[in-house]
Amino acid sequence: MKYHKDTMEFIFFARGGQGAKTAAEIIAQAAVAEGNFVQTFPNFGPERSGAPTKTYLRISDKAIRTKEPVIDPDVVVVLDDTLLSSQKVTEGLDKNEALIINSTKHSHEIRNTIRFDGKIHAVDANGISMEVVGQLRPNTVILGKIIKVTEIVKLESILEEFRKIFEEKIGKENCEKNILAIEKAYDSI
Amino acid sequence: MTNNKKNKLALTGGYAVAYALRQIEPDVMPIYPITPQTPIIETYAKFVADGEVMTEMIEVESEHSAMSAAIGASAAGARTATATSSQGLAYMHEMLYIASGMRLPILMVVAARALSAPLSIHGDHSDVMGSRDAGWVQIFCENPQEVYDKTIIGMKLAERVGLPVMVIMDGFNTSHSVENLEILDAKLVKKFIGEYLPEHSLLDIENPVTYGPVALQESYFEFKIDQEEAMAKVAEEYLKISREYEKISGRKYGFFEEYRLEDAEKVLVLIGSVAGTAKDAVDELRKKGEKVGLIKIELFRQFPFAKIANALKNAKEIIVMDRAQSIGSHPPLYSEIMVGLRDRSDMKISSIIYGLGGRDVFKKQFENILEGKFDNKYLI
Repeated sequence: MKYHKDTMEFIFFARGGQGAKTAAEIIAQAAVAEGNFVQTFPNFGPERSGAPTKTYLRISDKAIRTKEPVIDPDVVVVLDDTLLSSQKVTEGLDKNEALIINSTKHSHEIRNTIRFDGKIHAVDANGISMEVVGQLRPNTVILGKIIKVTEIVKLESILEEFRKIFEEKIGKENCEKNILAIEKAYDSI
Repeated sequence: MTNNKKNKLALTGGYAVAYALRQIEPDVMPIYPITPQTPIIETYAKFVADGEVMTEMIEVESEHSAMSAAIGASAAGARTATATSSQGLAYMHEMLYIASGMRLPILMVVAARALSAPLSIHGDHSDVMGSRDAGWVQIFCENPQEVYDKTIIGMKLAERVGLPVMVIMDGFNTSHSVENLEILDAKLVKKFIGEYLPEHSLLDIENPVTYGPVALQESYFEFKIDQEEAMAKVAEEYLKISREYEKISGRKYGFFEEYRLEDAEKVLVLIGSVAGTAKDAVDELRKKGEKVGLIKIELFRQFPFAKIANALKNAKEIIVMDRAQSIGSHPPLYSEIMVGLRDRSDMKISSIIYGLGGRDVFKKQFENILEGKFDNKYLI
């Protein structure tokens, strides 16, 4: 997937506590390390565990001035497929743009439940994180898929940022397990 | 503008303030947490806990006490900073006048937020506009980079002019938005700020002074006139310090930013984080050949009346955008602009209130305003 505008715009749909903000910030940090301009902020609704949340991310090779919420995304990431029934996740998404979903379902099954003509990229981020990390960490695992689909930054940049942020917090062994899971999501079809 | 690769950082406005404060390293920081100011003080508390700064952080039981402790510390001769938002600033209100009346160079960063009732934790300028007559210098910021820069500029300005300074960012829009940030070398900031040597202080027992005594009918008035005279020097000093800062940072600040104003007939006048979205709208209309431009106010107290009037001398229509009300009168920025342009009966000046309680604002709305397709007092 290539840029079709100056700025690539993302919306992350998730539930409070699933770590969409962290995922967006890891991509942002990696993009800055590669010399880009970024902006990411949550939709500042009431923040409750389990409630639907939206997080916006912009990446550009030019300085970003706008503060408006993303209304015409190039990529939508859904961290929880139960949101598909309550949130209009494909709003503003054209058929040449991408929908990335954490789900055990196949893309064609998802297509039956939502109206969307573009490409749907499903990845079982829950399954991968349970299998590789032993914990539910779909937000970091899905980074692999996002990078594969969007090519917005290099996978190595993401892994480097991930290590920088998490190695001290969760320990080297756990950190490397997460890295392995991100790589697995990157390679998944 | 290019991304300066040697300072690869993406941080929120709140973190940017904490980072600037770490480099300033105030002696005393009395503090009480409130959303959306909290990221500033929790980040700074970590710097203190990790031994990265020697600041004495005083965890008080309310904002009233935070400002009281700041007044005490500053009068004792300590370099003093604090931060707050919304109800916290309102709760400090009586102490704000004491800080400015005693001419104490306290730096306070405000993550501006709506006031209750009804309760809202989201951004607008109601809190800081409510403090506009409290004798504080008020400097507004558009994004995390400006907040970082103006926190440093603000500390130096406070100590230069002997007045308290409020550096203001929009709650959430700036305080919680992650954006690229260029930071200066810590040594450079320390050198820029310099050592704080107060002219008077309570701890200077060789030269005893009194702060805040009673002033009766024959002297109170003169104190207040002196205070206005001190404020009258702020704009000039702010400009000098901004120029010094430009030399070390390459970033230029003034009383206000002029955007595509050269031949502009229709001009938006506004404050804060919304400026970026509005600039994009101006560009969009410029592509269509419309002569439109924008002024973003940075220094609100002391208000630069003459400079703004001069910048707008060729404009035919002005739209003033306020993110606060003055219920029963006109909104604050609009009132200032009306006063500044009182001789311009040829000019159409209108007022729009936007973004109260964190209401989103979109580029398309600014385009409509500039194209004359919007005719309402409120951008809702």
